[in-house]
Amino acid sequence: MRIGVITFPGSLDDVDAARAVRLAGGEPVSLWHGDHDLKDVDAVVLPGGFSYGDYLRAGAIAARSPLMADVVAAAGTGLPVLGICNGFQVLCEAGLLPGALTRNSHLHFRNRDQGLRVERADTAWTSSFTQGQEIVVPVKNGEGRYVAADADLDRLEGEGRVVVRYVGGNPNGSSRDIAGVTSADGRVVGLMPHPEHAVEDLTGPSTDGLGFFTSVLTSLVGAA
Amino acid sequence: MSADVTATPHAADGPADAAVRSMPDLDTVERAAQAPDTAQPFAELGLKDDEYASIKDILGRRPTTAELAMYSVMWSEHCSYKSSKVHLRRFGDLPKSDALLVGMGENAGVVDVGEGYAVTFKVESHNHPSYIEPYQGAATGVGGIVRDILTMGARPIAVMDSLRFGAADAPDTARVLPGVVAGVGGYGNCLGLPNIGGELLFDATYAGNPLVNALCVGVMRHEDLQLAKAEGTGNKVVLFGARTGGDGIGGVSVLASETFDAEGPAKRPAVQVGDPFTEKLLIEACLEVFAAGLVTGIQDLGGAGISCATSELAAAGSGGMRIDLDAVPLRDSTLTPAEILMSESQERMCAVVEPDKVEAFLAVCAKWDVLATVIGEVTDGDRLTIDWHGERIVDVPPRTVALEGPRYDRPMTRPADLDALQADAPPSSSADLRADWLALVSSPDGADKSWVTEQYDRYVRGNTVLAQPEDAGVLRVDESSNLGIALALDGNARFSRLDPYTGAQLNLAEAYRNVAVSGAVPLAVTNCLNFGSPENPEVMWQFAEAVRGLADGCRELGLPVTGGNVSLYNQTGDVAINPTPVIGVLGVHADVRRRVPTGWRAAGETVLLLGETRAEFGGSAWASVVHGHLGGLPPRLDLAAERTLAQLLTRFATEGLVSSAHDLADGGLAQAVTESALRYGTGATLRVEGDPTAALFAESGARVVVTTADPAAVRAAAADAGVPVTELGTTGGDALVVEGLLELPLAELRTAWTGTLPALFGSPELVVSAVPAGTVPTS
Amino acid sequence: MPVVVVDVVLKPEISDPQGQAVLGALGRLGHSGVRSVRQGKHFVLEVDGTPDAAELREIAETLLANPVIEDVELHLPTD
Repeated sequence: MRIGVITFPGSLDDVDAARAVRLAGGEPVSLWHGDHDLKDVDAVVLPGGFSYGDYLRAGAIAARSPLMADVVAAAGTGLPVLGICNGFQVLCEAGLLPGALTRNSHLHFRNRDQGLRVERADTAWTSSFTQGQEIVVPVKNGEGRYVAADADLDRLEGEGRVVVRYVGGNPNGSSRDIAGVTSADGRVVGLMPHPEHAVEDLTGPSTDGLGFFTSVLTSLVGAA
Repeated sequence: MSADVTATPHAADGPADAAVRSMPDLDTVERAAQAPDTAQPFAELGLKDDEYASIKDILGRRPTTAELAMYSVMWSEHCSYKSSKVHLRRFGDLPKSDALLVGMGENAGVVDVGEGYAVTFKVESHNHPSYIEPYQGAATGVGGIVRDILTMGARPIAVMDSLRFGAADAPDTARVLPGVVAGVGGYGNCLGLPNIGGELLFDATYAGNPLVNALCVGVMRHEDLQLAKAEGTGNKVVLFGARTGGDGIGGVSVLASETFDAEGPAKRPAVQVGDPFTEKLLIEACLEVFAAGLVTGIQDLGGAGISCATSELAAAGSGGMRIDLDAVPLRDSTLTPAEILMSESQERMCAVVEPDKVEAFLAVCAKWDVLATVIGEVTDGDRLTIDWHGERIVDVPPRTVALEGPRYDRPMTRPADLDALQADAPPSSSADLRADWLALVSSPDGADKSWVTEQYDRYVRGNTVLAQPEDAGVLRVDESSNLGIALALDGNARFSRLDPYTGAQLNLAEAYRNVAVSGAVPLAVTNCLNFGSPENPEVMWQFAEAVRGLADGCRELGLPVTGGNVSLYNQTGDVAINPTPVIGVLGVHADVRRRVPTGWRAAGETVLLLGETRAEFGGSAWASVVHGHLGGLPPRLDLAAERTLAQLLTRFATEGLVSSAHDLADGGLAQAVTESALRYGTGATLRVEGDPTAALFAESGARVVVTTADPAAVRAAAADAGVPVTELGTTGGDALVVEGLLELPLAELRTAWTGTLPALFGSPELVVSAVPAGTVPTS
Repeated sequence: MPVVVVDVVLKPEISDPQGQAVLGALGRLGHSGVRSVRQGKHFVLEVDGTPDAAELREIAETLLANPVIEDVELHLPTD
């Protein structure tokens, strides 16, 4: 299975995302933001980082790059897309996911090992988990506070669109402890925590993050 | 295709701007020769009478305004090391090490770590800028050291920071510290470099002189090494990265106001502003042009900007260089030529490129949205010439600017107060061991540093094996072989205040031990020497003693010094900072999977102390925190014991004999076991023999606490090596118990240890309510 | 060259921690009369020829601001 990892100017965790894909058993494929070429990949990961320095708004300029037009179109026909941290911000800015990510309530960048509860174990990216499973994955962001209008939050909750929620403390003031959300069809997922940093005992606080990448490989095999 | 055709014109300039540059005021080489007696503000630029006279000797005329600016900055203490060079020679005199591929003199030293990999690492200070503007000062400090590492041809892979501030509760510390931490984090995080460790210490002598020392480490294949050298007549000089603005121009504002009077541009800001996004692109573009073999020589632009980069490149090469200053892309079109030459605008590099490779070079830069411009070429002969609007404004021998600056062997005197200080023996008996223990671990120096380190990304790049609060940062270099490196930074200034010769060696020993504790073999040394004014003979003596100590220590441990940085004039009025030699040690892990962490995970393991404890309290954290005392002599130095201990620790790691190891340093055994226990919430029951104050709080060197499931094997290995072993007790439970002396529940210890920095600098508390207050009102 | 100014502020219902931090500082400095602070961004655009209001509104609303969380105010040159 070929999983694309997009590099935008200022992407930082693209090497990590590619490594995670490889450790999960997939073939990582580098994609360049400026090309109109998805290289026939079976799924796409938008990695963390500070695309364009996050100088306008986090993810805002990357969301308008040439390749994102192809990603949006492909997502419309069911291509699985995972946005991690800055990638999540890009997906929100591109309109693929609802809500927005804003400055942390305490105004600090924060990096810690974070507890998460998997609220949906039936999306393309979370099927390796069980409903309600608690996992530990690093979180690191300065603009990770998930916000949306209250009515929209109610609707998202009602539709079961919250994929992962912070447990054991909310690191950035996100509304309703939301750490990640999904598209209505469960194919596009975005989250602030970094599963690609929890894929090896040697370097991560756990290997819980691998589940996101094995999930998509399993769902692709199932679909084939 | 002529390379000049592809050069990008500087777009910021319009015709109106050109008129602003009042050409009649332009001081050219021709004018300097015709009007030799024009008064020049050399003193305001920091040049002494005899220094100005020697510039005139070199040139055979007075310097032009632009030349004066170049010499003044390049001959400053910061760029020329004029007061320190005579002493730093000791490092060059150390026996040659096979591991050292590139030694001192280049942007950073390069060390062979095996398997064809080379590692380059260096620490640099950004102390004064961080006091003036903490966020930008610290951020650009990180940016600068990262470019030094990049310039060697290496991919930067991690940073560390060694920070010192005035008293923790001083109002100005509350201004400086949060800004510095946010700046170190803001720049490093945005660059995608994990921060793997460092120091955070407080002392009243740093009020007004905070120390911000940043380390960067990079890795490359041996064949990727790049040198800062301009070779090959006709090769093009390419300036790439950010546009040039008025940042960081200090002394040059004197020239600007001199030339332009009241009509001239406003005084330029001395604070540089960092743009980590541009630096990230610069890194990727550089690594791509290196890999494609498009670069003959490269230099980063730091202090003294274009002056420094061009003169150093030309001085290191065999020919000369011609620069067309009009080609430099500007952010501010009102800059004078002298200002352009001196600007310390960040995120810029200068490369020497063969003419037929320029097009490919510019294409790589364009791919990464990096502005790149041909600004000159390598010439025959030995002159660096710079033209502006068709006029020659600089014509100098580059070596005289970059390499042959003044050197001073400044007078030195042993500080008058040192005898009294050393005679003032520290207290040696605790009235309340439990209270002292809590005071120590809740003191700003001893307390948990998460408030700082949580603002740093330690995970990016996915190779961080150990990071703060471990004794050393450990990185994986190769994913298939698991080759890795370890790095530690240490600089106990109290020891150096009491005895700079021994103090520097104790710092070296601590960093060396910290690397060994992780299981690595120590390989090379870097340093950042922070001192007061060299014009004070007592400070100069401290500096010379510290350098002598460090050199002697490295000789005894068989380690090369790969480079370093000197920061002088760290003083407020007549009060100098405590002498602060910060020492960095690099080690190699043959297999990072064998790394040894500091924390205790399992109950029922045996806790053993390696090394000998003596009642040594001079310069100790206990004497300082509990008694406010600094006096006596620092602990005895025993480098032979350090070396034996380090070899034993490496053996432990290789054979998997210990499950944790933690160095004993500031705060002695009490501090070390507190940190090991709180790391994963595993207590211990311990017994100590002899004087309990010494057992818990003394800071004797060459000591490490280890835990093991196989104490017999550890004892046997230690006996082989001749390292003394004392059994302290067993891990387990939810308290630290020292039998017959005290009991500290981990919860109480944790509260004491973790509460200090948030209480001082504000708590970025976890939001625990399900719906955070103030997010969205119901409509 | 005509200058167009675009101000971007968080929608009233979105919490603004930076503004809150400034408000807190004002209180500590004794400026008790300030009830609320909202922080925003101020863009200055130099435009060739006569500004096209519709085009500028599109720029403001689709790139300079995120309509999910931010409001924009467009200030076209008056003369």
